[in-house]
Amino acid sequence: MEKLHSYTSHKLTELLKNGGVKASDILEDVIKRVESVDDKVRAFVFLNKDRARISLSGSKDKGRLYGIPVLLKDNLCVKGEETTCGSKILKGFKPPYSATVARKLEDAGAVLIGKANMDEFAFGSSCESSCYYPTRNPWALDRIPGGSSGGSAAAVASDETIIALGSDTGGSIRQPASLCGVVGLKPTYGRVSRYGLIAFASSLDQIGPLTKDVEDSARVLSVIAGHDEMDSTSVEMPVPDYTKSLVKDAKGLRIGVPKEYFIAGLDKEVEASVKKAIEVYKALGAKVIDISLPHTDYAVSTYYIVAPAEASSNLARFDGVQYGHRSAESKDMIDMYIKTRSEGFGTEAKRRILLGTYCLSTGYYDAYYLKAQKVRTKIKEDFENAFKTCDCIITPTSPTPAFKIGERLNDPLSMYLSDIYTIPANLAGIPAISIPCGFSKTGLPIGLQILAKPFDEETIFHAAYAFEQNTDHHKRKPAL
Amino acid sequence: MKSIDKSTVKRVAHLSRLALGDKELDLYAGQLASILTYINKLNEINTEGVPPTSHAISSLKNVFRKDVLKPSLNTEDVLSNAPQAEGDFFKVPQIIEGK
Repeated sequence: MEKLHSYTSHKLTELLKNGGVKASDILEDVIKRVESVDDKVRAFVFLNKDRARISLSGSKDKGRLYGIPVLLKDNLCVKGEETTCGSKILKGFKPPYSATVARKLEDAGAVLIGKANMDEFAFGSSCESSCYYPTRNPWALDRIPGGSSGGSAAAVASDETIIALGSDTGGSIRQPASLCGVVGLKPTYGRVSRYGLIAFASSLDQIGPLTKDVEDSARVLSVIAGHDEMDSTSVEMPVPDYTKSLVKDAKGLRIGVPKEYFIAGLDKEVEASVKKAIEVYKALGAKVIDISLPHTDYAVSTYYIVAPAEASSNLARFDGVQYGHRSAESKDMIDMYIKTRSEGFGTEAKRRILLGTYCLSTGYYDAYYLKAQKVRTKIKEDFENAFKTCDCIITPTSPTPAFKIGERLNDPLSMYLSDIYTIPANLAGIPAISIPCGFSKTGLPIGLQILAKPFDEETIFHAAYAFEQNTDHHKRKPAL
Repeated sequence: MKSIDKSTVKRVAHLSRLALGDKELDLYAGQLASILTYINKLNEINTEGVPPTSHAISSLKNVFRKDVLKPSLNTEDVLSNAPQAEGDFFKVPQIIEGK
């Protein structure tokens, strides 16, 4: 009974049905775990025990995720619960409505337990730009957990929750999943409703699960996917039961390996783990094909125009009028905007607002924003061409394992380059997952990324499950 | 594509409704210049005649709905987050000059 917090949701669902376990046992065990280790990990912005207990007592025991504790990233709105995006400018904001994903999870019987730490407004790859505190990597407390969904990934890795949700604009689910040794999925653009997700870059953002294994990822996506009239970018397509795609072999699967991802800057141990994974797939009956994605090298540049441009526009709404922080003293309206925003936004948020505004300003729009949108077309076409000869693509998720806290803080460009392998999927809108595929000699997790065609999450789950069930990297736990 | 200097950062900061001190202006001018130098690599690609992508998924189309009255958010709930409110309104500092 003691170890309930370390189980997956599918194992817990089984125990709830046949193992004499009560949902309240699970919740209390997870709460105990958070109270004993979060002082070290600092994955949570807050744990709401009262709300979780009340919500469990009223939850439907027939739901697919009945009794499963879920942690939400702090950019997902829950009615009446403080939601701050890790920013001072939203301190005290209690949304008057809940995100569609939060509602769907609760409708399926899941229990929302609190909010996970994140980089401010999801701007970052290390969780260091949060206005609260940096979250630490459960595998090495002096290292970053990745970002921006660093709190979500660290909480899953340290068994402080069973499941977490994050958001992914350029790798913000997959990169921390990789660095923390958990499974992180960015679904196809349009697969999951973003109603109630505080927007970063609207043509790139997508919500997805961080879980302890691939089966849990498939379970959660089956619950949260689907059209929503509150988000006109959510696509009207039937939602399959993704757990039906979980097959243990890879017979006949055509896997592409892009040569442009194995370049200078890729850590030797990461490269070796990914190469080993390729051998595992061959042994499981997959056909491995060398492919080329020729515009890969331009993805980071494209992203750092498109994403800050959209962010600078989305963040215009934080002006001290309707919610959040307002500067105490101002002589007029414009002065109030300027003081409020200057006091409320952190360093990285200001940097991105400046970069985005510059790229959109008169005289620069064509040279930057329009140019980037055209290169984006080329990057998208690279994938369309590649998928003519393969069913999915495998790559490293992050070029290096987790780096030290503070190491890249003063060099924004080196921080931006940590998303070099995850950004292309957002630009092309395609789904991608990160799963554990090894460890460095010093015991840091390494992740494998699997990408597929738009709305083909089924192939991703198939490929991910086959690898996972024939290896045991996902079974290792950090010592806390 | 050009690089960025301190006076440009100052102008962009004003457009963004941000006030930056002298040290911040220096810091951002240097950092943005190095980021833009990296970004300028896009000029290596010939994009003549290439259509821009604003959304990656082509099945997305404009969405219309019937113009019917539906319940909206509760006014009290919405105003509960306002830094200042009066009656059913958000209250802001003076916009028009003079009394």
